[in-house]
Amino acid sequence: MNLLGFKTLFCKEVLRFWKVLLQTLVAPVITVLLYFLIFSHVLEGRVEVFPGVGYSAFLVPGLMMMSVIQNAFANSSSSLIQSKITGNLIFILVTPLSHFELFLAFVAAACVRGVLVGVGVWVVAVWFVPLSLVHPLYLLLFAVLGSAALGALGVIAGIWADKFDQLAGFQNFIVLPLSFLSGVFYSIHSLPDFWQTLSHLNPFFYLIDGFRYGFFGVSDVSPLLSLAVAGAFLLLLSGIAYGMLKTGYKIRD
Amino acid sequence: MSAIVLDGLHKHYGPVHALKGVSLAVEEGEFFGLLGPNGAGKSTLINILAGLTRRDTGRALVLGHDVAREYRVTRRLLGVVPQELVFDPFFSVREVLRIQAGYFGLGRENDAWIDELLEALKLTDKAQANLRTLSGGMKRRVMIAQALVHKPRVVVLDEPTAGVDVELRQSLWDFIRRLHREGHTIVLTTHYLEEAEALCGRIAILNQGELVALDEKQALLAHGIGRSRRLCVTTRAPVVALPEALKPRLRRQEGNRLEFELVRETDSAVAVLDALRSHGAEVVDFATEAADLEDVFVELTRRRPS
Repeated sequence: MNLLGFKTLFCKEVLRFWKVLLQTLVAPVITVLLYFLIFSHVLEGRVEVFPGVGYSAFLVPGLMMMSVIQNAFANSSSSLIQSKITGNLIFILVTPLSHFELFLAFVAAACVRGVLVGVGVWVVAVWFVPLSLVHPLYLLLFAVLGSAALGALGVIAGIWADKFDQLAGFQNFIVLPLSFLSGVFYSIHSLPDFWQTLSHLNPFFYLIDGFRYGFFGVSDVSPLLSLAVAGAFLLLLSGIAYGMLKTGYKIRD
Repeated sequence: MSAIVLDGLHKHYGPVHALKGVSLAVEEGEFFGLLGPNGAGKSTLINILAGLTRRDTGRALVLGHDVAREYRVTRRLLGVVPQELVFDPFFSVREVLRIQAGYFGLGRENDAWIDELLEALKLTDKAQANLRTLSGGMKRRVMIAQALVHKPRVVVLDEPTAGVDVELRQSLWDFIRRLHREGHTIVLTTHYLEEAEALCGRIAILNQGELVALDEKQALLAHGIGRSRRLCVTTRAPVVALPEALKPRLRRQEGNRLEFELVRETDSAVAVLDALRSHGAEVVDFATEAADLEDVFVELTRRRPS
């Protein structure tokens, strides 16, 4: 393995978002904070989703996971499409980095950004609402699985999209609806049967539900089922992304 | 050992047959020119070597290693300067070079070489500058430094002087000559034929995906391929009626200036001048020009119409 090569690409991807951290870290935290303030102001005291858990506390893990997955996706997808459009991807493609090293570096950097934004949301949220931490290992596992899966989806979208417009479509028509309709703001048990069934087909639901289990020890479905679905989701997306890199789809003629 | 071996290389892009069984070898230490009109297949060939394009069939070796099977080895041996002006807008010149070296497994121990490259390419005072702030010529030099940052033994320059001013072109030529003197194998593709003429030892000409010539530069010029030469004649007054025998040889007539294209083996410049005089024209000046690569290029690429 070209360990230094992999580490270089990983650090470069981290440095890339770090250089514009107002846009890549601070702005997403502020946006999520606004969601938190508005929803908790309107619904605190009116809704109790889990027994003994106030709505504001219920909301925080969902918002954290939503920002983790959205930012992980944004990192790998925007880096790849920018490199493709400006043409400087060539400087990575002519190096002795393997497809797997490329994939791993992009996904690992996406995880770092996703987790950093998630931590940022948590740091701000604990000022407003006390949060328990029942199963920290689950929390960590779901944060890593979620950010890695969306990092891999970002690799797929970044390679597939030929222009920013197509990438925005991917983000607005797939990532955003799936994350909003995954139980960030509600428990799926409050939904009619049809929408409950549909929610069970949304892999983002399992990421958020499992992540929430890490905080409260309570969840809509079994955390082991969520873990299995999240793992399978990551494997599927990784397989597709790796396959695209290996076949050179849209990046090597 | 040959620096580059291409053997029966084929590449299709959909219905377009971009490379039609190209075979050639570039020896270690050579300064090799690759010429051809747009769409001839030069960049496809280079991209196959660099791993940016996959061949359909055939072999491509760099210093004996297959570019697909042993890509980790060949990419360390090869430095490619791409044709398009591309850069990463997030980083400074030094950061870009350190990152590029890192991809090849080189760490801080390579910093001295990076300093040397910056110095040689007159970029030292721009080392901390973001690439966005550099002029086109400077960006081009950074791209050359990126291609050389891992000290490759074989350097491929895909039109490195396209769109750069005369002064920069000269300094890039000097730098490329220096690389060659230091033992690098250089493969240069260019549209500037005088560039190939001034720098290259052997030259290959591609046209429509086929190798149409491969020889020493002088041999190409002297050989049957460059068999035409020009005769420019200035007369006292414009020639109104040209002798019939000269008409097939006339290339251009502007006022009292005539330009003939002569076949080296059969035509005589003296005979042309005599014919003009006997027709009443008073010759005041004349000059002959040997074939240059442009003639060779035009002649070869004209032979195979699409």
